[in-house]
Amino acid sequence: MTDVRVAGVGLTRFGSHPDRAGRDLFATAALRAFEDAGVAREDVEALNYGNFMGALAEHQGHQAPLMAEAAGVRCPATRYESACASAGVAVREAVRTVRAGDADVVLAGGMERMTNLPTDEVTEGLAIAADDLFEVRAGVTFPGAYALMARAYFEAYGGGARGPRARRREEPRERGSERVRPVPPGGVRRRGARRAAGRGAAAPLRRLSDHGRRERLVLVSEEYATAHDLDAPVAVTGVGQRTDRLALADRAHLARTPAADDAADAAYAAAGVEAADVDVAEVHDCFTIAEVLAVESLGLADRGEGIAAARDGLTTADGDLPVNLSGGLKAKGHPVGATGGSQIAELTRILRGDHPNSEHVADAEVGVAHNAGGTVASAVVHVLEVAE
Amino acid sequence: MTDRNGEATENVDATEDDADAEDDPRTAGYDEWLDAIEAGDGYALVCPSGHGSLPPRRVCPECGSTTLAREPLSDAGTVETFTVVHVPSPQFADDAPYVTAVVDAGPTRVTGVVRSDDRGGRNG
Ligand SMILES: [Zn+2]
Repeated sequence: MTDVRVAGVGLTRFGSHPDRAGRDLFATAALRAFEDAGVAREDVEALNYGNFMGALAEHQGHQAPLMAEAAGVRCPATRYESACASAGVAVREAVRTVRAGDADVVLAGGMERMTNLPTDEVTEGLAIAADDLFEVRAGVTFPGAYALMARAYFEAYGGGARGPRARRREEPRERGSERVRPVPPGGVRRRGARRAAGRGAAAPLRRLSDHGRRERLVLVSEEYATAHDLDAPVAVTGVGQRTDRLALADRAHLARTPAADDAADAAYAAAGVEAADVDVAEVHDCFTIAEVLAVESLGLADRGEGIAAARDGLTTADGDLPVNLSGGLKAKGHPVGATGGSQIAELTRILRGDHPNSEHVADAEVGVAHNAGGTVASAVVHVLEVAE
Repeated sequence: MTDRNGEATENVDATEDDADAEDDPRTAGYDEWLDAIEAGDGYALVCPSGHGSLPPRRVCPECGSTTLAREPLSDAGTVETFTVVHVPSPQFADDAPYVTAVVDAGPTRVTGVVRSDDRGGRNG
Protein backbone atom coordinates (compact mmCIF):
# COMPACT_ATOMS: atom_id res chain seq x y z
CA MET A 1 0.00 0.00 0.00
CA THR A 2 1.58 3.22 -1.15
CA ASP A 3 1.93 6.40 0.77
CA VAL A 4 -0.14 9.26 -0.65
CA ARG A 5 1.48 12.64 -1.09
CA VAL A 6 -0.06 16.03 -1.72
CA ALA A 7 2.07 17.08 -4.66
CA GLY A 8 0.52 20.49 -5.09
CA VAL A 9 -2.40 22.72 -4.26
CA GLY A 10 -4.18 25.54 -6.00
CA LEU A 11 -6.83 27.90 -4.74
CA THR A 12 -8.70 30.85 -6.10
CA ARG A 13 -9.18 33.86 -3.90
CA PHE A 14 -11.99 33.57 -1.41
CA GLY A 15 -14.69 36.07 -2.02
CA SER A 16 -17.49 37.00 -4.32
CA HIS A 17 -17.10 36.18 -8.00
CA PRO A 18 -20.66 36.53 -9.23
CA ASP A 19 -19.51 37.18 -12.78
CA ARG A 20 -17.23 34.18 -13.25
CA ALA A 21 -18.54 30.83 -14.42
CA GLY A 22 -17.73 27.84 -12.26
CA ARG A 23 -15.72 26.23 -15.03
CA ASP A 24 -13.49 29.32 -15.28
CA LEU A 25 -12.88 29.39 -11.53
CA PHE A 26 -12.14 25.70 -11.52
CA ALA A 27 -9.64 26.00 -14.35
CA THR A 28 -7.80 28.76 -12.52
CA ALA A 29 -7.38 26.65 -9.40
CA ALA A 30 -6.40 23.55 -11.35
CA LEU A 31 -3.67 25.32 -13.31
CA ARG A 32 -2.28 26.72 -10.07
CA ALA A 33 -2.28 23.24 -8.53
CA PHE A 34 -0.38 21.78 -11.48
CA GLU A 35 2.14 24.59 -11.35
CA ASP A 36 2.58 24.09 -7.61
CA ALA A 37 2.89 20.34 -8.00
CA GLY A 38 5.22 20.22 -10.95
CA VAL A 39 3.06 17.43 -12.32
CA ALA A 40 2.15 17.15 -16.00
CA ARG A 41 -1.56 17.37 -16.72
CA GLU A 42 -1.38 14.34 -19.01
CA ASP A 43 -0.34 12.20 -16.05
CA VAL A 44 -3.68 12.71 -14.28
CA GLU A 45 -5.61 9.45 -14.18
CA ALA A 46 -8.76 10.60 -12.40
CA LEU A 47 -10.61 13.78 -11.49
CA ASN A 48 -12.62 13.71 -8.28
CA TYR A 49 -14.79 16.78 -8.16
CA GLY A 50 -16.89 18.00 -5.25
CA ASN A 51 -19.93 20.18 -5.83
CA PHE A 52 -23.22 20.51 -3.99
CA MET A 53 -25.63 22.98 -5.52
CA GLY A 54 -24.41 23.60 -9.04
CA ALA A 55 -27.67 22.33 -10.47
CA LEU A 56 -29.43 25.17 -8.63
CA ALA A 57 -26.79 27.88 -8.77
CA GLU A 58 -25.70 27.45 -12.36
CA HIS A 59 -28.42 25.23 -13.76
CA GLN A 60 -25.65 22.81 -14.53
CA GLY A 61 -25.73 19.17 -13.70
CA HIS A 62 -23.14 16.64 -14.85
CA GLN A 63 -20.34 19.02 -14.02
CA ALA A 64 -17.42 16.61 -13.80
CA PRO A 65 -16.79 16.32 -17.57
CA LEU A 66 -17.07 20.09 -17.82
CA MET A 67 -14.43 20.56 -15.13
CA ALA A 68 -12.13 17.99 -16.72
CA GLU A 69 -12.12 19.87 -19.99
CA ALA A 70 -11.77 23.20 -18.18
CA ALA A 71 -8.71 21.89 -16.33
CA GLY A 72 -7.29 20.31 -19.46
CA VAL A 73 -7.23 16.74 -18.23
CA ARG A 74 -8.44 13.67 -20.11
CA CYS A 75 -9.41 11.02 -17.60
CA PRO A 76 -12.46 9.58 -15.87
CA ALA A 77 -14.11 12.48 -14.05
CA THR A 78 -16.71 12.08 -11.32
CA ARG A 79 -18.69 14.53 -9.25
CA TYR A 80 -19.05 13.75 -5.55
CA GLU A 81 -21.98 15.20 -3.63
CA SER A 82 -22.20 14.99 0.15
CA ALA A 83 -23.50 18.50 0.80
CA CYS A 84 -20.80 20.57 2.53
CA ALA A 85 -18.56 17.50 2.72
CA SER A 86 -18.55 17.01 -1.06
CA ALA A 87 -14.92 17.93 -1.64
CA GLY A 88 -13.72 16.13 1.48
CA VAL A 89 -15.36 12.98 0.23
CA ALA A 90 -13.87 13.56 -3.23
CA VAL A 91 -10.40 13.83 -1.71
CA ARG A 92 -10.93 10.77 0.46
CA GLU A 93 -11.83 8.72 -2.60
CA ALA A 94 -8.77 10.08 -4.38
CA VAL A 95 -6.59 8.99 -1.47
CA ARG A 96 -8.15 5.54 -1.56
CA THR A 97 -7.66 5.28 -5.31
CA VAL A 98 -3.95 6.11 -5.08
CA ARG A 99 -3.48 3.94 -2.03
CA ALA A 100 -5.10 1.01 -3.80
CA GLY A 101 -2.68 1.37 -6.67
CA ASP A 102 -5.41 2.21 -9.18
CA ALA A 103 -3.79 5.54 -10.06
CA ASP A 104 -0.56 7.38 -9.43
CA VAL A 105 -1.95 10.89 -9.97
CA VAL A 106 -5.44 12.15 -9.10
CA LEU A 107 -6.74 15.69 -9.32
CA ALA A 108 -9.22 16.30 -6.50
CA GLY A 109 -11.11 19.25 -5.12
CA GLY A 110 -14.31 21.16 -5.52
CA MET A 111 -16.08 24.25 -6.77
CA GLU A 112 -19.16 26.05 -5.58
CA ARG A 113 -20.66 29.20 -7.00
CA MET A 114 -23.14 30.82 -4.61
CA THR A 115 -22.94 34.58 -4.69
CA ASN A 116 -24.74 34.80 -8.01
CA LEU A 117 -27.96 33.85 -6.19
CA PRO A 118 -30.03 36.05 -3.85
CA THR A 119 -29.97 35.14 -0.18
CA ASP A 120 -33.36 33.47 -0.09
CA GLU A 121 -32.46 31.18 -2.98
CA VAL A 122 -29.13 30.29 -1.40
CA THR A 123 -31.00 29.59 1.83
CA GLU A 124 -33.30 27.29 -0.07
CA GLY A 125 -30.42 25.65 -1.88
CA LEU A 126 -28.48 24.96 1.30
CA ALA A 127 -31.57 23.69 3.08
CA ILE A 128 -31.90 20.74 0.72
CA ALA A 129 -28.96 19.15 2.48
CA ALA A 130 -31.52 18.45 5.20
CA ASP A 131 -34.42 15.99 5.06
CA ASP A 132 -36.90 17.59 2.65
CA LEU A 133 -40.00 15.93 4.05
CA PHE A 134 -39.34 16.13 7.75
CA GLU A 135 -37.04 19.14 8.08
CA VAL A 136 -37.20 21.51 5.12
CA ARG A 137 -41.01 21.37 4.98
CA ALA A 138 -40.96 21.92 8.73
CA GLY A 139 -39.17 25.23 8.26
CA VAL A 140 -35.61 24.09 8.87
CA THR A 141 -32.94 26.16 7.15
CA PHE A 142 -29.22 25.44 7.29
CA PRO A 143 -28.57 28.14 9.91
CA GLY A 144 -31.75 27.03 11.64
CA ALA A 145 -30.53 23.46 11.95
CA TYR A 146 -27.26 24.55 13.54
CA ALA A 147 -29.21 26.86 15.83
CA LEU A 148 -31.17 23.81 16.98
CA MET A 149 -27.87 22.10 17.73
CA ALA A 150 -26.48 25.18 19.46
CA ARG A 151 -29.44 25.47 21.78
CA ALA A 152 -29.29 21.76 22.56
CA TYR A 153 -25.57 22.15 23.36
CA PHE A 154 -26.14 25.15 25.59
CA GLU A 155 -28.85 23.28 27.45
CA ALA A 156 -26.64 20.22 27.89
CA TYR A 157 -23.38 21.95 28.77
CA GLY A 158 -24.13 25.63 29.27
CA GLY A 159 -22.26 28.39 27.55
CA GLY A 160 -24.53 30.43 25.35
CA ALA A 161 -28.27 30.83 25.06
CA ARG A 162 -28.81 33.77 27.35
CA GLY A 163 -31.53 35.56 25.46
CA PRO A 164 -34.94 35.99 27.05
CA ARG A 165 -36.33 33.27 24.81
CA ALA A 166 -33.92 30.66 26.07
CA ARG A 167 -35.91 28.14 28.03
CA ARG A 168 -34.33 25.38 30.00
CA ARG A 169 -35.55 21.84 29.82
CA GLU A 170 -35.52 21.61 33.58
CA GLU A 171 -38.36 24.11 33.82
CA PRO A 172 -41.25 21.68 34.13
CA ARG A 173 -43.99 24.19 33.37
CA GLU A 174 -42.61 24.52 29.88
CA ARG A 175 -42.79 20.84 29.19
CA GLY A 176 -45.51 18.97 27.44
CA SER A 177 -47.18 22.09 26.22
CA GLU A 178 -46.15 22.48 22.59
CA ARG A 179 -47.99 21.41 19.52
CA VAL A 180 -45.77 21.21 16.51
CA ARG A 181 -46.78 21.20 12.88
CA PRO A 182 -44.59 19.57 10.30
CA VAL A 183 -45.78 22.11 7.69
CA PRO A 184 -46.50 25.82 7.87
CA PRO A 185 -49.98 27.28 7.47
CA GLY A 186 -50.76 27.52 3.79
CA GLY A 187 -48.54 24.67 2.70
CA VAL A 188 -45.11 24.70 1.19
CA ARG A 189 -45.58 25.96 -2.35
CA ARG A 190 -45.86 29.66 -1.81
CA ARG A 191 -42.92 31.66 -2.97
CA GLY A 192 -41.76 35.07 -1.93
CA ALA A 193 -38.86 37.39 -2.56
CA ARG A 194 -37.98 38.58 0.90
CA ARG A 195 -34.29 39.29 1.25
CA ALA A 196 -32.25 38.73 4.34
CA ALA A 197 -32.34 41.50 6.87
CA GLY A 198 -29.20 42.39 8.77
CA ARG A 199 -30.16 40.39 11.81
CA GLY A 200 -29.46 36.87 12.87
CA ALA A 201 -30.59 34.21 10.46
CA ALA A 202 -31.86 31.81 13.09
CA ALA A 203 -31.69 32.46 16.80
CA PRO A 204 -29.39 31.93 18.67
CA LEU A 205 -27.05 32.22 15.70
CA ARG A 206 -26.06 35.47 14.04
CA ARG A 207 -25.09 36.01 10.46
CA LEU A 208 -21.58 36.72 9.26
CA SER A 209 -20.83 35.82 5.70
CA ASP A 210 -20.89 33.25 2.97
CA HIS A 211 -19.12 33.22 -0.35
CA GLY A 212 -17.69 31.24 -3.21
CA ARG A 213 -14.42 29.57 -4.01
CA ARG A 214 -12.83 26.56 -5.61
CA GLU A 215 -9.68 24.65 -4.93
CA ARG A 216 -7.66 21.78 -6.34
CA LEU A 217 -5.19 19.25 -5.05
CA VAL A 218 -2.87 17.01 -6.99
CA LEU A 219 -2.47 13.75 -5.09
CA VAL A 220 0.28 11.37 -6.13
CA SER A 221 1.67 8.07 -5.00
CA GLU A 222 4.94 8.11 -3.13
CA GLU A 223 6.49 6.16 -6.01
CA TYR A 224 5.42 8.80 -8.53
CA ALA A 225 6.76 11.58 -6.29
CA THR A 226 10.11 9.80 -6.02
CA ALA A 227 10.32 8.93 -9.72
CA HIS A 228 9.60 12.53 -10.73
CA ASP A 229 11.72 14.07 -7.98
CA LEU A 230 8.75 16.04 -6.63
CA ASP A 231 8.98 18.23 -3.59
CA ALA A 232 5.94 16.77 -1.83
CA PRO A 233 6.70 16.56 1.87
CA VAL A 234 3.11 16.23 3.11
CA ALA A 235 1.41 12.84 3.18
CA VAL A 236 -2.21 11.95 3.77
CA THR A 237 -1.73 9.20 6.32
CA GLY A 238 -5.27 8.55 7.49
CA VAL A 239 -8.81 9.06 6.27
CA GLY A 240 -12.15 8.32 7.90
CA GLN A 241 -15.70 8.85 6.74
CA ARG A 242 -18.94 8.09 8.54
CA THR A 243 -22.64 8.59 7.87
CA ASP A 244 -25.40 9.35 10.35
CA ARG A 245 -29.17 9.69 10.02
CA LEU A 246 -29.96 12.61 7.70
CA ALA A 247 -32.43 14.43 9.94
CA LEU A 248 -31.02 16.04 13.06
CA ALA A 249 -34.01 14.85 15.10
CA ASP A 250 -33.08 11.25 14.36
CA ARG A 251 -29.55 11.44 15.80
CA ALA A 252 -28.45 9.79 18.99
CA HIS A 253 -27.34 13.21 20.27
CA LEU A 254 -28.60 16.68 19.36
CA ALA A 255 -25.59 18.28 21.06
CA ARG A 256 -22.93 16.03 19.59
CA THR A 257 -21.84 14.88 16.13
CA PRO A 258 -21.42 11.09 16.35
CA ALA A 259 -20.48 10.67 12.69
CA ALA A 260 -17.50 12.98 13.20
CA ASP A 261 -16.54 11.12 16.39
CA ASP A 262 -16.33 7.89 14.42
CA ALA A 263 -14.71 9.40 11.33
CA ALA A 264 -11.99 10.88 13.53
CA ASP A 265 -11.41 7.56 15.29
CA ALA A 266 -11.06 5.84 11.92
CA ALA A 267 -8.67 8.45 10.54
CA TYR A 268 -6.49 8.45 13.65
CA ALA A 269 -6.37 4.65 13.66
CA ALA A 270 -5.38 4.55 9.99
CA ALA A 271 -2.62 7.08 10.57
CA GLY A 272 -1.46 5.46 13.79
CA VAL A 273 -1.83 8.71 15.73
CA GLU A 274 -3.97 9.93 18.60
CA ALA A 275 -5.74 13.18 19.22
CA ALA A 276 -2.92 14.18 21.56
CA ASP A 277 -0.48 14.01 18.62
CA VAL A 278 -2.35 16.65 16.60
CA ASP A 279 -0.44 19.92 16.24
CA VAL A 280 -2.86 21.91 14.11
CA ALA A 281 -6.42 21.49 12.83
CA GLU A 282 -8.72 22.78 10.14
CA VAL A 283 -12.32 22.21 11.19
CA HIS A 284 -15.69 22.75 9.59
CA ASP A 285 -16.89 25.86 11.43
CA CYS A 286 -19.75 26.85 9.16
CA PHE A 287 -21.23 28.21 12.40
CA THR A 288 -19.47 28.88 15.68
CA ILE A 289 -21.22 25.96 17.33
CA ALA A 290 -19.90 23.71 14.56
CA GLU A 291 -16.30 24.38 15.63
CA VAL A 292 -17.25 23.57 19.21
CA LEU A 293 -18.76 20.25 18.17
CA ALA A 294 -15.84 19.55 15.82
CA VAL A 295 -13.05 19.97 18.36
CA GLU A 296 -14.96 17.70 20.72
CA SER A 297 -15.46 15.05 18.03
CA LEU A 298 -11.77 15.22 17.14
CA GLY A 299 -10.87 14.63 20.77
CA LEU A 300 -9.12 17.99 20.98
CA ALA A 301 -11.46 19.09 23.81
CA ASP A 302 -13.54 17.12 26.29
CA ARG A 303 -17.34 17.00 26.02
CA GLY A 304 -18.79 20.29 27.03
CA GLU A 305 -15.34 21.93 26.99
CA GLY A 306 -15.21 22.80 23.31
CA ILE A 307 -17.22 25.94 23.97
CA ALA A 308 -14.35 27.28 26.08
CA ALA A 309 -11.45 26.14 23.86
CA ALA A 310 -11.14 29.36 21.88
CA ARG A 311 -11.99 31.62 24.81
CA ASP A 312 -9.31 29.95 26.93
CA GLY A 313 -6.75 30.35 24.17
CA LEU A 314 -6.18 26.67 23.44
CA THR A 315 -7.25 26.91 19.80
CA THR A 316 -6.24 30.46 18.92
CA ALA A 317 -3.33 31.14 16.56
CA ASP A 318 -0.88 31.36 19.45
CA GLY A 319 -2.48 28.57 21.48
CA ASP A 320 -1.19 25.07 21.99
CA LEU A 321 -3.47 23.73 19.27
CA PRO A 322 -4.29 26.32 16.63
CA VAL A 323 -7.60 25.65 14.89
CA ASN A 324 -8.38 27.17 11.51
CA LEU A 325 -5.24 29.14 10.81
CA SER A 326 -6.75 29.49 7.34
CA GLY A 327 -9.38 31.70 8.91
CA GLY A 328 -12.01 29.01 8.92
CA LEU A 329 -15.27 28.81 7.06
CA LYS A 330 -16.90 31.85 8.59
CA ALA A 331 -13.94 34.10 8.01
CA LYS A 332 -13.02 33.05 4.49
CA GLY A 333 -16.42 31.94 3.22
CA HIS A 334 -17.95 28.52 2.85
CA PRO A 335 -18.39 27.48 -0.75
CA VAL A 336 -20.05 24.33 0.43
CA GLY A 337 -19.01 21.79 -2.18
CA ALA A 338 -15.41 23.09 -2.25
CA THR A 339 -14.71 23.60 1.43
CA GLY A 340 -13.41 20.13 2.27
CA GLY A 341 -10.70 20.35 -0.38
CA SER A 342 -9.69 23.86 0.59
CA GLN A 343 -9.12 22.69 4.16
CA ILE A 344 -6.65 20.07 2.97
CA ALA A 345 -4.99 22.48 0.57
CA GLU A 346 -4.46 25.05 3.31
CA LEU A 347 -3.41 22.45 5.86
CA THR A 348 -0.83 21.19 3.35
CA ARG A 349 0.60 24.67 3.02
CA ILE A 350 0.55 25.18 6.79
CA LEU A 351 2.55 21.97 7.28
CA ARG A 352 4.89 22.75 4.38
CA GLY A 353 5.63 26.09 5.95
CA ASP A 354 4.58 28.29 3.04
CA HIS A 355 1.19 29.38 4.39
CA PRO A 356 0.96 32.98 5.62
CA ASN A 357 0.11 31.59 9.06
CA SER A 358 2.66 28.77 9.15
CA GLU A 359 4.75 30.73 11.60
CA HIS A 360 2.26 29.93 14.35
CA VAL A 361 3.03 26.22 14.07
CA ALA A 362 6.57 26.15 12.80
CA ASP A 363 7.28 22.68 14.19
CA ALA A 364 3.92 21.11 13.37
CA GLU A 365 4.11 17.58 12.04
CA VAL A 366 0.55 16.29 12.39
CA GLY A 367 -2.52 18.09 11.10
CA VAL A 368 -6.14 17.06 10.96
CA ALA A 369 -8.92 18.28 8.67
CA HIS A 370 -12.59 17.86 9.65
CA ASN A 371 -15.25 18.34 6.96
CA ALA A 372 -18.96 17.91 7.64
CA GLY A 373 -22.01 17.61 5.41
CA GLY A 374 -25.40 18.99 6.38
CA THR A 375 -25.79 18.85 10.13
CA VAL A 376 -23.01 16.22 10.17
CA ALA A 377 -24.98 13.39 8.64
CA SER A 378 -21.75 13.13 6.63
CA ALA A 379 -18.34 13.52 8.21
CA VAL A 380 -14.91 13.03 6.69
CA VAL A 381 -11.61 13.44 8.53
CA HIS A 382 -8.12 13.48 7.02
CA VAL A 383 -4.83 13.20 8.90
CA LEU A 384 -1.89 14.89 7.18
CA GLU A 385 1.69 14.46 8.30
CA VAL A 386 5.05 15.85 7.32
CA ALA A 387 6.65 12.76 5.85
CA GLU A 388 10.14 14.00 5.24
CA MET B 1 -53.48 -5.24 1.16
CA THR B 2 -51.52 -2.54 2.82
CA ASP B 3 -47.93 -2.48 3.85
CA ARG B 4 -46.50 -1.27 7.11
CA ASN B 5 -46.77 2.30 6.01
CA GLY B 6 -50.46 1.86 5.52
CA GLU B 7 -50.31 2.57 1.83
CA ALA B 8 -51.75 0.40 -0.87
CA THR B 9 -49.06 -1.84 -2.27
CA GLU B 10 -51.06 -3.41 -5.07
CA ASN B 11 -53.07 -0.42 -6.15
CA VAL B 12 -50.61 1.91 -7.73
CA ASP B 13 -53.14 3.29 -10.20
CA ALA B 14 -55.34 4.57 -7.42
CA THR B 15 -52.36 6.43 -5.97
CA GLU B 16 -51.69 8.06 -9.31
CA ASP B 17 -55.35 9.04 -9.67
CA ASP B 18 -55.17 10.68 -6.28
CA ALA B 19 -52.11 12.58 -7.37
CA ASP B 20 -53.83 13.83 -10.50
CA ALA B 21 -56.67 15.18 -8.40
CA GLU B 22 -54.35 17.38 -6.38
CA ASP B 23 -52.60 20.59 -7.33
CA ASP B 24 -49.37 19.07 -6.12
CA PRO B 25 -48.46 15.42 -6.31
CA ARG B 26 -48.79 13.64 -3.01
CA THR B 27 -45.96 11.69 -1.49
CA ALA B 28 -47.29 8.30 -0.48
CA GLY B 29 -46.77 7.57 3.18
CA TYR B 30 -45.73 11.10 4.04
CA ASP B 31 -48.94 12.89 3.08
CA GLU B 32 -51.09 10.27 4.80
CA TRP B 33 -48.97 10.84 7.87
CA LEU B 34 -49.50 14.60 7.61
CA ASP B 35 -53.23 14.07 7.28
CA ALA B 36 -53.17 11.90 10.39
CA ILE B 37 -51.27 14.60 12.29
CA GLU B 38 -53.86 17.18 11.24
CA ALA B 39 -56.62 14.85 12.41
CA GLY B 40 -54.92 14.42 15.77
CA ASP B 41 -53.99 10.83 15.02
CA GLY B 42 -50.27 11.20 14.44
CA TYR B 43 -48.23 8.05 14.51
CA ALA B 44 -44.72 6.71 14.23
CA LEU B 45 -43.51 3.39 12.86
CA VAL B 46 -41.96 1.29 15.60
CA CYS B 47 -39.90 -1.90 15.32
CA PRO B 48 -40.01 -4.74 17.90
CA SER B 49 -36.96 -3.21 19.59
CA GLY B 50 -38.82 0.04 20.11
CA HIS B 51 -37.01 2.22 17.57
CA GLY B 52 -39.37 4.85 16.20
CA SER B 53 -39.19 6.36 12.72
CA LEU B 54 -41.41 8.26 10.31
CA PRO B 55 -42.97 7.10 7.02
CA PRO B 56 -42.52 6.17 4.27
CA ARG B 57 -40.22 3.52 5.67
CA ARG B 58 -39.78 -0.22 5.15
CA VAL B 59 -36.72 -0.88 7.29
CA CYS B 60 -35.95 0.28 10.82
CA PRO B 61 -33.05 2.69 10.31
CA GLU B 62 -31.56 1.76 13.66
CA CYS B 63 -31.62 -2.04 13.62
CA GLY B 64 -32.76 -3.12 10.17
CA SER B 65 -35.95 -4.81 11.27
CA THR B 66 -38.63 -4.98 8.58
CA THR B 67 -41.40 -5.46 11.13
CA LEU B 68 -42.79 -1.99 11.66
CA ALA B 69 -46.07 -1.20 13.41
CA ARG B 70 -47.85 2.10 13.95
CA GLU B 71 -47.79 3.59 17.42
CA PRO B 72 -49.37 6.90 18.34
CA LEU B 73 -47.25 10.01 18.67
CA SER B 74 -47.72 11.98 21.82
CA ASP B 75 -50.14 14.83 21.19
CA ALA B 76 -48.01 17.19 23.25
CA GLY B 77 -44.31 16.47 23.25
CA THR B 78 -41.37 17.89 25.12
CA VAL B 79 -39.41 20.58 23.27
CA GLU B 80 -35.80 19.41 23.15
CA THR B 81 -34.51 22.38 21.18
CA PHE B 82 -35.93 25.20 19.09
CA THR B 83 -34.90 28.15 16.97
CA VAL B 84 -36.47 31.36 15.72
CA VAL B 85 -35.91 31.53 11.97
CA HIS B 86 -35.59 35.08 10.65
CA VAL B 87 -34.14 34.29 7.21
CA PRO B 88 -36.42 31.68 5.66
CA SER B 89 -36.33 29.83 2.39
CA PRO B 90 -38.69 31.38 -0.20
CA GLN B 91 -41.67 29.15 0.57
CA PHE B 92 -41.65 30.36 4.18
CA ALA B 93 -41.17 34.03 3.28
CA ASP B 94 -44.57 35.05 4.64
CA ASP B 95 -44.13 33.17 7.89
CA ALA B 96 -40.84 34.56 9.21
CA PRO B 97 -39.99 34.98 11.94
CA TYR B 98 -41.24 31.60 13.01
CA VAL B 99 -40.26 28.99 15.54
CA THR B 100 -39.02 25.56 14.51
CA ALA B 101 -38.63 22.99 17.26
CA VAL B 102 -37.47 19.43 17.74
CA VAL B 103 -39.97 17.71 19.98
CA ASP B 104 -39.77 14.37 21.75
CA ALA B 105 -43.11 12.92 20.72
CA GLY B 106 -42.77 9.50 22.30
CA PRO B 107 -41.67 6.81 19.85
CA THR B 108 -39.61 9.34 17.89
CA ARG B 109 -38.71 13.00 17.71
CA VAL B 110 -40.58 15.29 15.33
CA THR B 111 -39.35 18.56 13.82
CA GLY B 112 -42.00 21.18 13.17
CA VAL B 113 -43.15 24.76 13.16
CA VAL B 114 -44.61 25.86 16.47
CA ARG B 115 -47.79 27.84 15.87
CA SER B 116 -49.28 30.19 18.39
CA ASP B 117 -52.83 29.40 17.28
CA ASP B 118 -52.53 25.70 18.03
CA ARG B 119 -54.33 24.45 21.08
CA GLY B 120 -52.06 24.86 24.05
CA GLY B 121 -49.21 26.04 21.88
CA ARG B 122 -47.29 29.27 22.03
CA ASN B 123 -44.57 31.04 20.20
CA GLY B 124 -41.05 30.23 21.30
ZN1 LIG C 1 -35.23 -1.08 15.21
